[in-house]
Amino acid sequence: MQHTQLSYDLAHLIGATMLMAGFALLYQRRIYAVLNTFAFQALALAAAAAWQAHVQNAPHLYATAAIALVFKAILVPAALHWLVDKLGIHRTVETALSINWTMITGVALVALSILLVLPVTANAAALTRESLAVAMSIVLLGMLMMITRRNAVTQVVGFMALENGLLLAAVSAKGMPLVVEISIAFSVLVAMTLFGIFFFRIRERFDTLDLHYLETYRGERH
Amino acid sequence: MTLPSLDNPIVWILAIPLGSAGFLAVLPNWRLATWVNILVSGASFAASLMLFQHRPEPTRLLFIDDFNVYLVVLTAFVGFTTSVFSAAYIARESKGARLSDAHLRFYHAMYQAFLFTMLLALTANNTGVMWVAVEAATLTTVLMVSLYRTREAIEAAWKYFILCSVGIGLALFGTTLVYLAAQPVMGDGADAMAFTMLIKRAAAFQPDLLNLAFVFVLVGYGTKVGLAPLHAWLPDAHAEGPTPISAVLSGLLLNVALYALLRFKMLIAANPHTLAPGPMMVAMGLSSLFLAAFMLYRRGDIKRLFAYSSIEHMGVITFAFGMGGALANFAGLLHMTMHSLTKSAIFFAVGVITQNAGTKNIADIRGLTVSHPLLGWAFVVAVLAIAGLPPMGVFMSEFLVLGSTFASQPLLAVPLALGLLLAFGALASRLQGMAFGEPSQLKGYAPPGRASTAMVYVPLWAHLALVVVAGLYLPEPLVDWFRAVAKVLG
Repeated sequence: MQHTQLSYDLAHLIGATMLMAGFALLYQRRIYAVLNTFAFQALALAAAAAWQAHVQNAPHLYATAAIALVFKAILVPAALHWLVDKLGIHRTVETALSINWTMITGVALVALSILLVLPVTANAAALTRESLAVAMSIVLLGMLMMITRRNAVTQVVGFMALENGLLLAAVSAKGMPLVVEISIAFSVLVAMTLFGIFFFRIRERFDTLDLHYLETYRGERH
Repeated sequence: MTLPSLDNPIVWILAIPLGSAGFLAVLPNWRLATWVNILVSGASFAASLMLFQHRPEPTRLLFIDDFNVYLVVLTAFVGFTTSVFSAAYIARESKGARLSDAHLRFYHAMYQAFLFTMLLALTANNTGVMWVAVEAATLTTVLMVSLYRTREAIEAAWKYFILCSVGIGLALFGTTLVYLAAQPVMGDGADAMAFTMLIKRAAAFQPDLLNLAFVFVLVGYGTKVGLAPLHAWLPDAHAEGPTPISAVLSGLLLNVALYALLRFKMLIAANPHTLAPGPMMVAMGLSSLFLAAFMLYRRGDIKRLFAYSSIEHMGVITFAFGMGGALANFAGLLHMTMHSLTKSAIFFAVGVITQNAGTKNIADIRGLTVSHPLLGWAFVVAVLAIAGLPPMGVFMSEFLVLGSTFASQPLLAVPLALGLLLAFGALASRLQGMAFGEPSQLKGYAPPGRASTAMVYVPLWAHLALVVVAGLYLPEPLVDWFRAVAKVLG
């Protein structure tokens, strides 16, 4: 199928929606709101993957879309909701950097990725080009969230937001093989680490998920 | 795509650890599991030796060339010797209350899964498969680092998970960018991700995109190599996991991550219009060397001490490959091998030492050569080797790195020499207290049986013998081979 104006516009619309969700993640003050916003971003990723599957005529991307929809937009947020409930974690987001400064840094990062990506992809297909700039912005915003939020749940959400950006880049790269395998690998990593090990063990050991309590340990014991 | 045939050694090298990971996961008896673990690791090593006889044709997914064949054999060898050490270590550890049967089953399954992911990353011809393998290696090691479930182990595993996940995330972005750079030239699909095909036509790729990709790959896989300033996970992960895992993390996983980085460096170097990747690697290598050399002085924990020493050596190796040229690449390859053998030997010794002493605190470990002569002297030899004292192999490779740097960039040789001397001083002063003097009281497990002792000493002395011999004499075919690889690396 040809890249018509519609396929181009819709891909951008979905990408921009994901980017907005990336910003929205940065200014949430309540954990439930963070989880809902993340679920929305994952939903947009599923839409982006499905649209690329249609435009590129690449049916395997529907599998990526399904994984994003079921695992990231429904299962993970629901499980995190349950954990926050169950473990009685603070419902407010603790920040290492004030929300205003986080937003300003976020805008700067988006500008940076546009300035970096657009010149170097001058020869690439237009569809890929802007998606890549958006994807890189989402990746950097995810990193920013991981750095500026103290709580283990918000750090994981930051990582998965980063991953959303990576998958957006991968599905937008025309004809890239192994995208499904990559999204499965990410899901397994998050699922195994998160639910197999950490939450239950951290609960067992600390009765809290706030990494602040972990920070007293500096590695050396005397 | 057709399935590769059964006479292809790569199939065996990958199938043996993968199959045994599944088998060990359901095997209830852990004593039997330790023996099965040794047996299958030995079988993988034997399969890897078949590569010398029969070099399979590259496919789009897997390939063997001069460069990765030696890393595959090295990985299988150290995986085998560590499995022998691990059996002795686990037998003593099981006397404590720290590990249940389910944990041990999990441990053995993960050990083989980890070997599988490393061997897959080394033999992958596809940038995406390589990425998935490195990611899976992260997952298996995160789970093993958290095995003891102490507060420290969980924090170490969490830090490792967060930092390395971001690292490999960035590496994936770099991988996607390389695909985008290749796609206009190579067309859609798997061809544009196969190293063997990319390298032939890399000159036609868009250079700016490759530059950007390399920055992401360097930061991404560099996190996993433990290059400063992205090394924060490494000392914790080495210190808190079981000691056999520290041995394979240091001796093998860091090499695998560096291998991934070097494959991408070869691609960038094959394009004449890109930025030179060398200076970035030199800068990161030197900063790792210095940071680790200074940190070595303040360590109180024996496993953490040698984890910083790994950062130091990965810094030296990255520096050498960053300098490039036939001699520096040769030195880098030799140093990778020597570091891998020596550092895993050190961790074998450290495993027994900490089990004897019941502590990882350096101040509480004294007089090893008096209390356990065979172990103590092996430890002395190993630490002097890693510190770079002649006539051991590490000295020779460090000397070559330094010599080639003097020849090409004398100004860079000064900080390099300074860093190496600093690290030497730190290790020598630490060693003196631990090896000599009045032996400290042993508060650890009861002394091991004779068989168990032999299972530590044989791999330990075997590694050290190889390192000493390599320092005195390198066989001619090996030298030719390293030379050929050094040329390929550019």
